Amino acid sequence: MGKPDLIIETRALRRRFVTHKPLVGAQTEVRAVDGIDLRIRRGETFAIVGESGCGKSTLARLLVRLIDPSEGSVIYDGTDISRISADKMRGLRRDLQFIFQDPFSSLNPRMTVGALVEEPMRAHRIGTRRERRARVAALLERVGLMPEHANRYPHEFSGGQRQRIGIARALASGPKVLIGDEPVSALDVSIQAQVVNILEDLKQEFGLTLIVIAHDLAVIRHMADRVAVMYLGEIVEEAPVAELFTAPRHPYTEALISSIPVPRVGARAGVATIDGEPPNPIAPPPGCRFHPRCPYAQAVCRAERPKLTRGPDARSVACHRHAELSLTGLAPDIAARSPEAEQRFSLYRAARATREGAKPSGSFPQPLTPDKE
Amino acid sequence: MLGFLARRILIAIPTVILISVFVFTLQKLLPGDPVLAMAGEERDPEVLAFLREKYRLNDPLYMQYFHWIGGVLQGDLGISLRTRQPVLTLIGEKLPVTIQLAVMALIIAVFIGVPTGILSAYRKGTWIDWLANIVALSGLSIPNFWLGIMLILLVSVNLGWLPASGYAPLSEDPLRSIQTMIMPAFVLGTGLAATLMRHTRSAMLGVLKSDYVRTARAKGLNERVVILKHALRNALVPIVTVATLLFGELLAGAVLTEQIFTIPGFGKLVVDAVFNRDYAVVQGIVLCTAVAFIAMNILADAAYRILNPRMRDT
Repeated sequence: MGKPDLIIETRALRRRFVTHKPLVGAQTEVRAVDGIDLRIRRGETFAIVGESGCGKSTLARLLVRLIDPSEGSVIYDGTDISRISADKMRGLRRDLQFIFQDPFSSLNPRMTVGALVEEPMRAHRIGTRRERRARVAALLERVGLMPEHANRYPHEFSGGQRQRIGIARALASGPKVLIGDEPVSALDVSIQAQVVNILEDLKQEFGLTLIVIAHDLAVIRHMADRVAVMYLGEIVEEAPVAELFTAPRHPYTEALISSIPVPRVGARAGVATIDGEPPNPIAPPPGCRFHPRCPYAQAVCRAERPKLTRGPDARSVACHRHAELSLTGLAPDIAARSPEAEQRFSLYRAARATREGAKPSGSFPQPLTPDKE
Repeated sequence: MLGFLARRILIAIPTVILISVFVFTLQKLLPGDPVLAMAGEERDPEVLAFLREKYRLNDPLYMQYFHWIGGVLQGDLGISLRTRQPVLTLIGEKLPVTIQLAVMALIIAVFIGVPTGILSAYRKGTWIDWLANIVALSGLSIPNFWLGIMLILLVSVNLGWLPASGYAPLSEDPLRSIQTMIMPAFVLGTGLAATLMRHTRSAMLGVLKSDYVRTARAKGLNERVVILKHALRNALVPIVTVATLLFGELLAGAVLTEQIFTIPGFGKLVVDAVFNRDYAVVQGIVLCTAVAFIAMNILADAAYRILNPRMRDT
């Protein structure tokens, strides 16, 4: 059994994909996820960040076993879900729900929104038909849609609305963990904030553990408690969000942070950047996988692969030189949000609060009733 | 939906007119003289001239067309130049036979083709997929006349289970009707099943990769629901399209199969009429088939709208 405060833990998790299978000879493989150990605590928002192709989507899918791992295990609440039967896994899907990246393709175009949101409850035999309908209406309202929208089809909605339908769907079964694979990256920036806020509110309200996959550091900085940085199938750094941004320990993290636009003259001066594309994941470079792009690389980096080591301060980093380097993060005085933005967010919250306060109680999704067969 | 159907039927009218003109002129362009075919050994110029006059073959082409189409609109497709029977009667006799054969063949094709296609897509790359593809390829490659003869030999001659040939109208003796039709329908159906299976497979392969199928799995649905409810419903549009086209072809008659099983369907009527330059019959049949095809297409469009809510706004 895992420690009680851990909700999801992965051990040496690996997933390989065969990219080319010749008639004779060895097949080519890409190691999309290559030995990942994660410890996600109950109730936190954990973010996984990295460039396109680093394996973060694969990792997200492994976490809820939408794909099977090649090696290693995923432990949810003391159960190794990579070893249980498909039938048992189906039962657990009630607890582990997923928000997909693309709100346009991830909703079945032939089903009404109501049917889509209700379906997880039907699959897990939650409530009576009438209770489920009521809950669909409440969930739709909760994500800022109207109960009447249940009779419409996904194509009648905008991207942001569809993503909120996706969130309502994910919440329908009353999950404990919500995994968002780039939940906002397909949306316009103005809509992103709206969806991020809904996610945060819902997390509080339902006591969710949120795992967010993203490449957008601004989103992560805003939402996450802890962040893991992924590069070519590996975690290179893991830290609480504030510390990661102000004092990165891995050169790759530093480079990522330096790419955040800072609205201030001279703020970016002298910051390290990286060039080039990430290396071919089919044939990753020897030693540290980041060394061909790392401005601090030395002989040891080319020869030896650094291990992710946990420091005394609950931060982990996989870099030979992390102790000697002093890397640049964001200056602590650059707030996550500008005062103007903060003001707008608080106005938004206040507006929401009054709107919800005005509503009769009971229109909220109530905690789930026990299963009724 | 009613408005949509009305609109589609209105749009179909010019198409039918165009087809009728086309059929009529094409007929006239064919070499050969119907009067000679009709007169047989008779070569007396006076007789020939009389016949030409009687069937208005001396009139200008457009007059002949208007005469014909005027009759058609009143339900008169003309008289067969050969048998002197009204064309409508001839078609009325054969059409129910052909429709019955077509429906049975299509049912068999759907029941074989669609499940095999689904299974083959779901188990892509496994031996099941290979087997299904080999069977489908065989279904496409085996000529209907050969399969028909082999079936008669096996089922009727050796096993004596079913009558080898003959026909009984469905309304008079349903059991015997189905008994005599099941083999020809099977012969036609297997060929179509192969086509349907290939299309079902490719449509399902596309849909099974889609994000919403992944979403369905992530919801914790069981595979049967994922496949039948989420995947198949979305894959149905191309399947319905192909099935409709196949059905339209079946309605035009299956000459060889009808011959082998001596079924008095459309196929034989068409061939006889063409060989005998029986203009009226050919025109009647082609017009009938064309209208049936258009009707099938309208039905298919209606089916799309039921299957795909995104098409309902248009």
